[in-house]
Amino acid sequence: MSELIIEAGRTEKNYWRDLWRYRELFYFLAWRDILVRYKQTVMGIAWAVVRPLLMMVIFTIIFSRVAKLQAPAAIPYALLVMAGMLPWQFISAAFAASADSLVQNSNLVSKIYFPRLIVPASSVITSFVDFLITMALIAMMMVWYRFVPDWRLAGLPLFVLLAFLASIGVGLWLCALNVEYRDFRYIIPFIVQFGLYVSPVGFSSSVVPFKWRFFFSLNPVVGVIDGFRWSLLRGQPLIWWPDLANSIGVTVFLFISGTWYFRKMERTFADII
Amino acid sequence: MSDVIISVENVGKKYAILHQQERAPYKTLRETLIKSTAGLFRRRDESQHGRTHEEFWALKNISFEVERGKVLGIIGRNGAGKSTLLKVLSRITQPSQGRITLRGRVASLLEVGTGFHQELTGRENIFLNGSILGMSHAEIRSKFDEIVAFAGVEKFLDTPVKRYSSGMYVRLAFAVAAHLEPEILVVDEVLAVGDAEFQKKCMSKMQDVASGTGRTVLFVSHNMIAVQSLCEQAVLLERGHLKSAGPAASVIASYLSESMESNQAVTWDDPEIAPGNSIVRIRCISVTDGNDPGSRSLSMQTEIRIETEYTVHESNFLLHITYHLVNDQGITVLTTWSKPTVHSAGSYRAICRIPGNLLNSGGYFLKLIIVENENSAIYWKEDIVSFNVIDTAERETAYMGREPGIVQPILEWSVEGPFQQAKSDAPLVTATRDRSR
Repeated sequence: MSELIIEAGRTEKNYWRDLWRYRELFYFLAWRDILVRYKQTVMGIAWAVVRPLLMMVIFTIIFSRVAKLQAPAAIPYALLVMAGMLPWQFISAAFAASADSLVQNSNLVSKIYFPRLIVPASSVITSFVDFLITMALIAMMMVWYRFVPDWRLAGLPLFVLLAFLASIGVGLWLCALNVEYRDFRYIIPFIVQFGLYVSPVGFSSSVVPFKWRFFFSLNPVVGVIDGFRWSLLRGQPLIWWPDLANSIGVTVFLFISGTWYFRKMERTFADII
Repeated sequence: MSDVIISVENVGKKYAILHQQERAPYKTLRETLIKSTAGLFRRRDESQHGRTHEEFWALKNISFEVERGKVLGIIGRNGAGKSTLLKVLSRITQPSQGRITLRGRVASLLEVGTGFHQELTGRENIFLNGSILGMSHAEIRSKFDEIVAFAGVEKFLDTPVKRYSSGMYVRLAFAVAAHLEPEILVVDEVLAVGDAEFQKKCMSKMQDVASGTGRTVLFVSHNMIAVQSLCEQAVLLERGHLKSAGPAASVIASYLSESMESNQAVTWDDPEIAPGNSIVRIRCISVTDGNDPGSRSLSMQTEIRIETEYTVHESNFLLHITYHLVNDQGITVLTTWSKPTVHSAGSYRAICRIPGNLLNSGGYFLKLIIVENENSAIYWKEDIVSFNVIDTAERETAYMGREPGIVQPILEWSVEGPFQQAKSDAPLVTATRDRSR
């Protein structure tokens, strides 16, 4: 028979086992978020198609026609934008959702026990559904432009994983901070907006002057977007590896420290939420 | 060796209360920044910001044990720490000190309908809520029909719960929770919801849970009748401390006898501040059990005695005392008065007896009026004493709540029959004819 000891100031040793045991709750919360997302909307799931499409059109016009930026040889600019839009939309939505998730679910947190990590983690899944839809959109665009990716497509899952780590890492930090300091609720949209400008969504990383490249690449999104373009767009210049290493380093650091901070704060969530 | 399933040793829970006026209950970043910056300049005083931290022990030195298959009632006044204890036991929050050993799976039901989502349908919410409460998908599926039948919402399974009536909502929520099968079930005040019929259903379900399957239940309630009928044992909390523990009946009795924070008896030793005027002054007033004046626990079923001692300072006054008895909803339940008599200077005692089986349970306030010459009120005081009347009856019906009504007298009833069903063709006439023979 299982025996559970609750003691003051004691970190539960079977936390990770508990996390596994509560995996069904993880599915259910994700399922709920997906169900609820488009309830009582006329267009329903079509929103997931319309939004990236409109963004892509606007970004293509602004960066390609107005700012006269060039895509690397033989790549339609719209496709370049879309390949950046895909991970960006996922990361920004996933990050915003997970950062706000605990406060959104405060009634659960203060009434039921479960490993709290489930809440921000499951909230990311909704954004992943939208991600898959945008992915299908890109496939259709590739057919339209008669553009065939090469073997590098095989690297894509790794960059999807990197996108997950980046959004959850930052999400966990803000999620835990948001419980205690509601200020962060106002910072979240700002970070998303700001991130759009410092990330190479509408342009290619190659237009960034070399002397700024180091700081530019500290943004975890840069590595993800460059990686997506590298795997999706044949003929895109090779990734600049030090950049990617920087982004990965920052991402892993954020993920580990975010988990650590979340675990540290978790014990008091029910008291202060 | 006894089979102890929950053992609580010396558990305490501390909260820091922030004393500051008009402050949000959570910290803001700005405050923390200001504080930590202020910390750099040691000379600046914290109190300058007009705030102090105070430690507050919501629970302190709580120890008890529960054996497998027992139902433990947790009682106490509001703010005594009952809910905090449940939260600590169900791992929602960590204790600040002490140690709890749980030898079984715990499911807590601190609020019916936790995790229900307004936009989702009844069907979807059953699955969601079930999994939030710790049921596996397979478990929910196997009990799905039972849950729906218990809640009685078959027709509305595919309607979003936001369109449910509040009764349906609560029934569905309780139905899911009632089909949990943990080894330890923690329940907080579920009976506060739903109509009488549904409460009855809940109570019998709880009884099944406890007696049938040998599960352990911790049950928090303000409803003493429910606690008494469900629990073998109880613990009484008072301001975070364990006041008493033992067989339910005796713990409830000790709770009732001292739980009334009402000023059921007041004595004014100093005539200067005693209520009254230059002619009459009240010395003391008390409300006690009519059969046992030492007892301050007032029951619906027994007589209540109101005793007022007063001093008259001048002679030859035609005086009488009037009481208005007001219930906690502000309704004046009754007015009663003493016989007007001519008073000379000296001390008097007026005793009024309210018969048993008249007042409903609840809180009451007494307004006292002193009347001269049968028509002019020379002194009055609102809420001079207040008291609680408790229902201690053994019920013939299973309903555990307070019956509605301002008064609750025992009336004469008789039920006659069964009568022969009258036949369609003029049977009444036949009957009369028969009898007249």
